[in-house]
Amino acid sequence: MEQRLTKNFKVKDSHRLEVSRAQGGYQSLAKLFQMKPEEVINQVKEAGLRGRGGAGFAAGLKWSFIPKNSGKPVYLTVNADESEPGTFKDRYILELDPHLLIEGIIAACYAIGAHVSYVYIRGEFYFPMQRLQAAIEEAYQAGLLGKNILNSGFDLEVYIHRGAGAYICGEETALLESIEGKRGHPRLKPPYPAIVGLFGCPTIINNVETIASVPYIIQNGVQAYRAVGTQKSPGTKLFCVSGHVVRPGNYERPLGYPLKNLIFEDCGGIRGGKKLKAVIPGGSSTPILDANDVETVLLDYESMEAHGSMLGSGGVIVLDDTTNMVDALGNLARFYAHESCGQCSPCREGTGWAAKILDRMLSGEGRPKDLELLRSIADNMAGKTICVLADSLSMPIWSYMKKFRGEFEAYANPNH
Amino acid sequence: MPTLTIDGIQVTVEPGTTLIEAAKQVGKSVPHFCYHKKLSIAGNCRMCLVEVEKMNKPVVSCQVTAAEGMVVKTDSEKVKNLRKNVLEFILINHPIDCPVCDQAGECKLQEYYMDHSIADSQMTEAKVHKPKRVDLGPLVVLDDERCVLCSRCIRFCDEITKTGELCFVNRGDHQTLTTFPGMKLDNLYSLNTVDICPVGALTNKDFRFACRVWFLKETPSICTGCATGCNITINHYDDKIYRYLPRENEAVNQCWLCDEGRLSYKFVNDSSRLLRPKAKTNGQASFVAPTVAMEVLVSQVEKTKPQDIVLVGSALESNENNLALKKLADLLGVTHLYYSARIVPNPSHDDFLIKADKNPNRAGVEKLGFKPLLGAAPIHSKVCIILGGLSEAEQKALQPKASGHWVMLASNEGPDTQAADLIFPTATFAEQEGTFTNFQGRVQPFAKAFEPKGDTRPASQWIEELAVRLGFCHCEASQLLRSGSG
Ligand SMILES: Cc1cc2nc3c(=O)[nH]c(=O)nc-3n(C[C@H](O)[C@H](O)[C@H](O)COP(=O)(O)O)c2cc1C
Ligand code: SF4
Ligand code: SF4
Ligand code: SF4
Ligand code: FES
Repeated sequence: MEQRLTKNFKVKDSHRLEVSRAQGGYQSLAKLFQMKPEEVINQVKEAGLRGRGGAGFAAGLKWSFIPKNSGKPVYLTVNADESEPGTFKDRYILELDPHLLIEGIIAACYAIGAHVSYVYIRGEFYFPMQRLQAAIEEAYQAGLLGKNILNSGFDLEVYIHRGAGAYICGEETALLESIEGKRGHPRLKPPYPAIVGLFGCPTIINNVETIASVPYIIQNGVQAYRAVGTQKSPGTKLFCVSGHVVRPGNYERPLGYPLKNLIFEDCGGIRGGKKLKAVIPGGSSTPILDANDVETVLLDYESMEAHGSMLGSGGVIVLDDTTNMVDALGNLARFYAHESCGQCSPCREGTGWAAKILDRMLSGEGRPKDLELLRSIADNMAGKTICVLADSLSMPIWSYMKKFRGEFEAYANPNH
Repeated sequence: MPTLTIDGIQVTVEPGTTLIEAAKQVGKSVPHFCYHKKLSIAGNCRMCLVEVEKMNKPVVSCQVTAAEGMVVKTDSEKVKNLRKNVLEFILINHPIDCPVCDQAGECKLQEYYMDHSIADSQMTEAKVHKPKRVDLGPLVVLDDERCVLCSRCIRFCDEITKTGELCFVNRGDHQTLTTFPGMKLDNLYSLNTVDICPVGALTNKDFRFACRVWFLKETPSICTGCATGCNITINHYDDKIYRYLPRENEAVNQCWLCDEGRLSYKFVNDSSRLLRPKAKTNGQASFVAPTVAMEVLVSQVEKTKPQDIVLVGSALESNENNLALKKLADLLGVTHLYYSARIVPNPSHDDFLIKADKNPNRAGVEKLGFKPLLGAAPIHSKVCIILGGLSEAEQKALQPKASGHWVMLASNEGPDTQAADLIFPTATFAEQEGTFTNFQGRVQPFAKAFEPKGDTRPASQWIEELAVRLGFCHCEASQLLRSGSG
């Protein structure tokens, strides 16, 4: 298969401008500046590019929400917070092909009429940040950023904003608050950022991979982009596989690719000759799949949904049959309790409470009614909060307890 | 103007009305912690969740605005459960130390628990512990464990005073209210945070542990701290004032009070209160019976020509008391009609509520025709009847032509009363009813909180008695004195 996002990953010094250019980097700009902004938006719409940050929202459609002639500046914010456990794809793009991202930023900003873009990078990504910063500087020097890019008359400034280590700042409105210098608390919606975003101005927030997918679409067109993937999930996606496989790592595959092939062919199967037990398919919050699901599920939005889960961020966590599912859920609950921003009563209290119950069960103090209690906590959090972090714990609670009920029952009845 | 249905009742509301306000219009109160109509919408407590037909999730009624044809349920079984569940979450880490909590009796968490929950806690794990008795500033103490993290106090300091002292730190169930490093909750309105705190997290140092709130009686009144005349409720018990709370009046103080005004009640309870008339003989002041004091005054006035009498009203006293003095002037033919006012050096003031003029009734007394004593040319007189008090500067305008001429009608002992030859103890505004005219010209009534103590009476009653004793027929005097309201 043709590599689109990862084609330069193995090229020596792929992060440098001259190497990138030798590989065809920034070639899409000539085409871009021939097009009208609306044409760019339409092309991305027709290509069917869906957001790679987790929710899979159509990128072109999102861009079209920017009001015309609002009289306010428009911003593009690139979400490079990548804090979801098991997700490590954006980091590779930042480290190994930062110019691909910059090329995408130029296209996206041109499409939505933004002249300033912020890349919000998680604070722990120091090395990727340095790589991107160096690339931005190279791009300025080469006239690819700044005033009148390549004599197109289009101006663009790109800034990096480093986070301070909060998972919640990956949520798009918490991210905006953070750039504004405030505490990373998600905002109430509506208004949506496309109308009232950064500094009160129309703003588009896209994931790194989403933006990095744009140059290919501009350069090669809709047909070429749709040549792989499914009708509703066209194109390729990065899948970062971690956990109990022989060859963990980043794999660019067309959407619709069988999960089974990813695990058993590309990643070399389960390490140590163990058996597959479960897969978290798209970052820690996505409902868990068991070995049966893995037989049939495809890596696209629809198939995942049909199997009761979500494609999410593409962070695939593979668990073998030695995994204790109560422990795994306890681990997640502790993560979400730690990362809840603390605003909404159900999330603030519910995540911590669930973590405490699971810890108690794990210490051998489980009680029969714990399972009911955990389920009611999940029920009472989900859909009742400002952002979906609360749901992100509810979904694993429901799915782990459903698929691995026996294990949970054993912990709830330690004396039986 | 959208028309919607709330619990089966149709209502048409202004565009942009939130569901919580629309529900209020049909008499349904939706429980809430974080919502406050004067502050931005935070939507964090999730207590106000309601059901809206055709929406797949419950909605926060404090944020969602009414739309044409909406069908809202605020009391369905589902909504009742939502509330119960949110309360369960809020309570798991709450200390529930109601017996020692100052808010008990006026606590939203207590109320809502009684109305919407009454469930035993299902949490058996250890609660999260947070700082207790945090000294937030000169007037406010914080108990972080009781805080429900509604952010009302933060928004108040960000949006109303714009001083921004407060913030949250830490995340999840460790999220904690505090002040920014190096800052104190120290602004001119800090005690409003205590009012709007729905629970016992923020308490008022001046009031905490002074009285259980269920003992307190409430009397609508007007703050006497400055010319704004903020509307207040006096909380009192056993003839003592415990605190002022703001009383809503959109045209004057909205729902706020400044700290200085809020704490200005103390003179009412003070040990400097005059409870019996005093008269000086040979330079020595001593208590006398009211009848004796009145006899002295009557004989003084009787032997003095009207042009040798000065009557001094007060910008601190009600329109009614000043009017009485004015009517007395009319009966006697006195033309020297002045007023005293409270002047403080470097008075606080801002462009919100606080006026540099620290008198609640300057506009009223001026409208009655009194002239300021301060800055007046020296006035020579034999008898001076003074309502309220006198500053040193004001005393200079009054030139005594005879001894024994200082007559004061005052509520508290002070440097000015030391100089008086005859003192009649008066009731404060808390012990009588009346009106003040604020700087905008609004005539604002206040009610009597409790009965005057000892021999104290409203100044108008002393003046009325004087008129009667001077031979004016009773009904003439009282009609004159009591008619009209300035
Ligand atoms: C708690 C939480 C954390 C998130 N973290 C990230 C993240 O680290 N990176 C990311 O791209 N999107 C993250 N998202 C999703 C963003 O809110 C947003 O949907 C996304 O950046 C939009 O980009 P896309 O349309 O290109 O996918 C997170 C969402 C939530 C609720
Ligand atoms: S759901 Fe949780 S993380 Fe999201 S805003 Fe509410 S408290 Fe914060
Ligand atoms: S804040 Fe309310 S519920 Fe909490 S201890 Fe005080 S009175 Fe009780
Ligand atoms: S102290 Fe009171 S007003 Fe402030 S956040 Fe806590 S509960 Fe709300
Ligand atoms: S009152 Fe609506 S969420 Fe708090």
